[in-house]
Amino acid sequence: MGKAIAIIGTGQTRHGRRSDVCYPDLVREAVTAALEDAGITLKDVDGVVLGTMPSMMEGVSSTHFYFAEAMGSIGKPVMKVETCGSTGQSIAHCGFYWVASGMADIVLVVGSEKMSEGDGQATMTTVFDPFFQRTFAAGAPGVFTMQSMEWMYRFKIPEEKGRDAAALISVSNHDNAMDNPYAHIRTRVTMDDVKNARVITYPVRLLDVCPASDGACAVIFATREKAKKICKKPAWIKGLGFRGEEFFYGESDKSIWMSATEAAKEAYRHAGIRNPLKELDVAEVYNPFTYQEMIFYECFGFCPRGEAPDYVLKGTFMKDGKLPCCPSGGTLCTNPIGATGLVRLAEAALQVTGKAGERQVEGARLALSHAMGGVDQFNAVTIVGSKL
Amino acid sequence: MSKEEYRIVKGQVMVPYELALGRTWSTFYDCLKEEKIMGKKCGKCSRVLVPPRSFCPRCFEDMDEWVEVSQEGIIETWVYVNMPFFAQELKIPFISAQIRLDGSDTGFTHQIAGIDLSDFDKLREIVKLGGRVKAVWSKEKKGNILDIAYFEPVK
Repeated sequence: MGKAIAIIGTGQTRHGRRSDVCYPDLVREAVTAALEDAGITLKDVDGVVLGTMPSMMEGVSSTHFYFAEAMGSIGKPVMKVETCGSTGQSIAHCGFYWVASGMADIVLVVGSEKMSEGDGQATMTTVFDPFFQRTFAAGAPGVFTMQSMEWMYRFKIPEEKGRDAAALISVSNHDNAMDNPYAHIRTRVTMDDVKNARVITYPVRLLDVCPASDGACAVIFATREKAKKICKKPAWIKGLGFRGEEFFYGESDKSIWMSATEAAKEAYRHAGIRNPLKELDVAEVYNPFTYQEMIFYECFGFCPRGEAPDYVLKGTFMKDGKLPCCPSGGTLCTNPIGATGLVRLAEAALQVTGKAGERQVEGARLALSHAMGGVDQFNAVTIVGSKL
Repeated sequence: MSKEEYRIVKGQVMVPYELALGRTWSTFYDCLKEEKIMGKKCGKCSRVLVPPRSFCPRCFEDMDEWVEVSQEGIIETWVYVNMPFFAQELKIPFISAQIRLDGSDTGFTHQIAGIDLSDFDKLREIVKLGGRVKAVWSKEKKGNILDIAYFEPVK
């Protein structure tokens, strides 16, 4: 998969409603934290990649202009990449490609969103085509719920079992977020709280859904040579995969979900992973919706198709389970969308370098990170490890 | 200064658009006016796609053959939407669904209505995955997707 590339530093803002900072200052907060973590200055950075959601989210177009100073890109080459929800992973892949090409030694990758400033669901509805589907679209909850219904029907998952498993995912993600000082939602919830919460898009209820967060994340990629010189304990990129599918929702099978399945397979091939449930130590799965998280488990080969609720209810993916998923509290508790996929990677990197604090999974060496974007259209996976 | 004291400025961006449907989709909407739902069939993989495409997304071949599909089909999946957002076209609650029309190979996105949406438990007895629905036409045709007013469950 090309040259050995490492992550030498990560930085996140405190996520939540951040009306204490304007948008560029929010970005700078993450950039400063990443530079400090890596122990380098802007002088060492050869290029900057950034990504956000569509411009309608905050009403400012082409934010690479807006953030030029905040991301320290004056006098440097800049690339902007956006793939909706998978943006954070796409920009990470772009950072990898840039350093792996040999054209840069150190690249800064920045993702951000300030969702409190606009109307997230109205923005996401504009991702749908204007002629056929947009009229019936209901942002992210509408489409992810349709997908979850299709999946439960396909695999004959009883409604109550699906409900219980989804509620447990919500409870354990909220528990995990208590360990994460950066998380947006930090409250414990019970199974009953989740099951009795307000219906958003049946059977999805309020506590099955992520919040709309303000936040930014920055990750610094470096060549093997630079990483060995600068960083005591880098996180090495072991594999990456990205796949897309058709634009129109009804044209592909979302209960099997080719793009998620194949993106993971490609990343596993690079990393030499044959049995992900056994070999991975931790996974940061993009989980804005509890039900949908179970489809990812199946696509990523963590369990057989149709059996994710059983594995969830056995505790397989809880902090003390066989494969802890989202010890950070995940997207379910924090979702500044343009940053979220990169936060997944930053958290995976923290895990394999032993820097995850209270949310550390003991002895984690190999971690998967992931994000999904568009109308269930794109999926991206990045795997990091503690060893070259 | 406490957090609440920082100032917020209200703003709005409004831009009008004129979007070209192109040849294939213009024909689709012309046919909707005549209460016909048209798909296109791929000469290579034989799939019938509704909405029609000018080319097959998988084979990357031009799709030349028009096929009229049934006005009835099965519910592949559906969602009960009870969430408001800015500039939402339909009033909540509404049901958005993927409907596989007989004679087609794709899910067609539309709404299921013509039934009482106020009692969710009753609704679930009527709207089911795999259940059959049929198109109900709007009297006045405007050349948009709501020329089909909605799909209703087949009794």
